[in-house]
Amino acid sequence: MNADKLLDAKGLACPMPIVKTKKSMNDMETGQVLEIHATDKGAQADLAAWSRSGGHELVQSTEENGIFKFWIKKG
Amino acid sequence: MPVKEMTAKEVAKKVINKDELFILDVRNESDFSDWKIEGENIEILNIPYFDLLEGVEEVMDTIPTNKEVLVVCAKEGSSIFVAEMLSDAGLSVFYLKGGMKAWSEHLEPVKIGDLTNGGEIYQFVRLGKGCLSYMVVSDGEAAVIDSTRKPEIYLDFAGELGVKITHVFDTHLHADHISGGRQIAESTNATYWLPPKDAEEVTFEYSPLEGGNVVTIGNTDINIHALYSPGHTIGSTSFVIDEKYLLSGDILFIDSIGRPDLAGLAEDWVGDLRETLYSRYKELSDELIVLPAHFMIIEELNEDGSVAKPLGTLFAENHGLNFEDEAEFRQMVTGNLPPQPNSYQEIRETNMGKITPDEDKQREMEIGPNRCAVR
Repeated sequence: MNADKLLDAKGLACPMPIVKTKKSMNDMETGQVLEIHATDKGAQADLAAWSRSGGHELVQSTEENGIFKFWIKKG
Repeated sequence: MPVKEMTAKEVAKKVINKDELFILDVRNESDFSDWKIEGENIEILNIPYFDLLEGVEEVMDTIPTNKEVLVVCAKEGSSIFVAEMLSDAGLSVFYLKGGMKAWSEHLEPVKIGDLTNGGEIYQFVRLGKGCLSYMVVSDGEAAVIDSTRKPEIYLDFAGELGVKITHVFDTHLHADHISGGRQIAESTNATYWLPPKDAEEVTFEYSPLEGGNVVTIGNTDINIHALYSPGHTIGSTSFVIDEKYLLSGDILFIDSIGRPDLAGLAEDWVGDLRETLYSRYKELSDELIVLPAHFMIIEELNEDGSVAKPLGTLFAENHGLNFEDEAEFRQMVTGNLPPQPNSYQEIRETNMGKITPDEDKQREMEIGPNRCAVR
């Protein structure tokens, strides 16, 4: 899926993947999509919950070889 | 104000001593509602760390200043992050070292009593998961029963007492936690006993624990014969130790009874469960001290942190032992089943030796409550 911006958060532990996601989101326009790559398993549930509470939409998420990918549309 | 660390052991002491503590749990809401630190005088508030990224001003009013404050998360990173913000705002706070993972794994050894011919029995209370395991020590030898995943705790404890582990038992094939039994037996050359009916699919060598077996630890007889006690699993076996203690495994708990559906179908085993609890256990002495493999709620802990009660008291007070009518009992057991423990199928396969997940994966599979009972 197409993204407007890519954030590499691989190797980062909680809370950094979300801290960085939030920072990247701040520079984006509503409706744009941020693609995030992370290796911290905790990021899965936390990014989903954070998106909900922040009014963003977690459009898609995948897991492959220990790398989690997320696509979040800014709300 | 500096951020200080608090260990799982220190938190365990507070739970047992019923000390006051305020916990700010910064995990996401679903992890929090699944499982959290509980204690009689523990006040707990859940605000996910990702709702605090902008700052902690909004929550400052809700955090008390008259008691110790502990920030908790899954591993510890986010709790340090939040604790530092609270500290910058002028509060004195702790974070939980190793997070809920450390809490899940911490064991607190409690001495239950002395044995007749010398020797002692210890209960290892895993507060974070409600698992109970045991060590029987007599005359330089030790037996470990229903061990949790990490063998070091038992090996170190035996080392401190100067005893050699010669026998390792599991009362049944566990579905809620990974047994450390095989590893302990391998590293000490001890005999590993399993009930054969639960062990039909295991991939390693073990000694079949059957009716008639009497295993001697130093001067102490562990009598297995009378107590084949199916119902939680088809092989579940209870032990009477020193004619005084009844290790009931996952069949009978202090305030609940075992669930019959984690390895099969509730309908198939509820009859065995009834037979064990209402006939086999009825024939035993009321004075036996019941030592189960789990507790579910913190109220089941005694003053000293142990989980133990006379069988006679349980027959009088445990709701699950007081259904005259068999149909009502069946309805209570099969109609009240809680959700199954997290990853319980994978845990069973790990305990059978069929799969060998890595350390991180094993730790993750075990996170969460045990859910082995029906109430």
